[in-house]
Amino acid sequence: MRLSPDLLVFWRHGFANLNATIVFTWALMLALTVGARLVTAHLSMDLKRTRWQNLLEILVTSMATQIESVGVSPGRKYLGFLGTLFVFIAAANLCTVFPGYESPTASLSTTVALALCVFVAVPLFGFRDQGFRGYMRTYIDPTPIMLPFNIISQLSRTLALAVRLFGNMMSGAMIISILLTITPFFFPIVMTALGLLTGMVQAYIFSILAGVYIAAVTGTQKLRPAPQT
Amino acid sequence: MDSTTLIAIASIVTAGLTISLGCLAPALGEGKSVATALTAVAQQPDAAPTITRTLFVGLAMIESLAIYCFVVSMILIFANPFIHVAAAAVAK
Repeated sequence: MRLSPDLLVFWRHGFANLNATIVFTWALMLALTVGARLVTAHLSMDLKRTRWQNLLEILVTSMATQIESVGVSPGRKYLGFLGTLFVFIAAANLCTVFPGYESPTASLSTTVALALCVFVAVPLFGFRDQGFRGYMRTYIDPTPIMLPFNIISQLSRTLALAVRLFGNMMSGAMIISILLTITPFFFPIVMTALGLLTGMVQAYIFSILAGVYIAAVTGTQKLRPAPQT
Repeated sequence: MDSTTLIAIASIVTAGLTISLGCLAPALGEGKSVATALTAVAQQPDAAPTITRTLFVGLAMIESLAIYCFVVSMILIFANPFIHVAAAAVAK
């Protein structure tokens, strides 16, 4: 029983080794990029559309409304970052239906990398939107007494983002592998289905939490979000 | 009983305690949140999609507390950092 897909090494040469995490991440990146390229190569503006274009349009518009509902406005401006996080994590978690696939999000390296992206991107968006002084003022927002707590919360929420995704995905894979030795046929299938739901919820939560952090530093959270229809 | 055995015993007992106590509180919290959400849906069925979405997010946030405990217990059992130190000290 492997604790993470990092331990499954396909190829090793000196310092560099090619483990399952890297291979499956590259495969996902390739599939997502090529798929998006193929779909967007023949976009149509009239009512007659392909199914794949409809799929991508539903994905993009619903993600934009979701991140605007947490206070990120304009949603389209941050859709590139938050949408990429959502699409990558959702694809990585949903592909567990393929046999032999191991989700790269079940490795702490991947989730720490994603959480570090959020950790770096949130101050950058804050600088761009409010300027250096405006962003630094969010650290002493109600009173300067809150300064250490704000700094601690920056670090702890990054750790929480990483460990939450890793723990959920790793526990799903581990429960399935334990159940395979106890009750081999039926229950692993049920737990796989539950794992798909957990994976989607975790992808949603990761991107929504990143959106909440961005909304807190871009100073647009005072605007009322548009009412849900 | 050498130090490696002691560390193994302490790790296993602590892992069991971690996962049992760490599942207790999130289970109570999840039960409370689901019960409240069901009451809200029963009173206002129109708001069901919003309540369900918020409920799922909240449940996942609560569940991550139990997941943290699970990760800690897995580290204690499968990737214990102290047992290698003790084994190296014994071998020396």
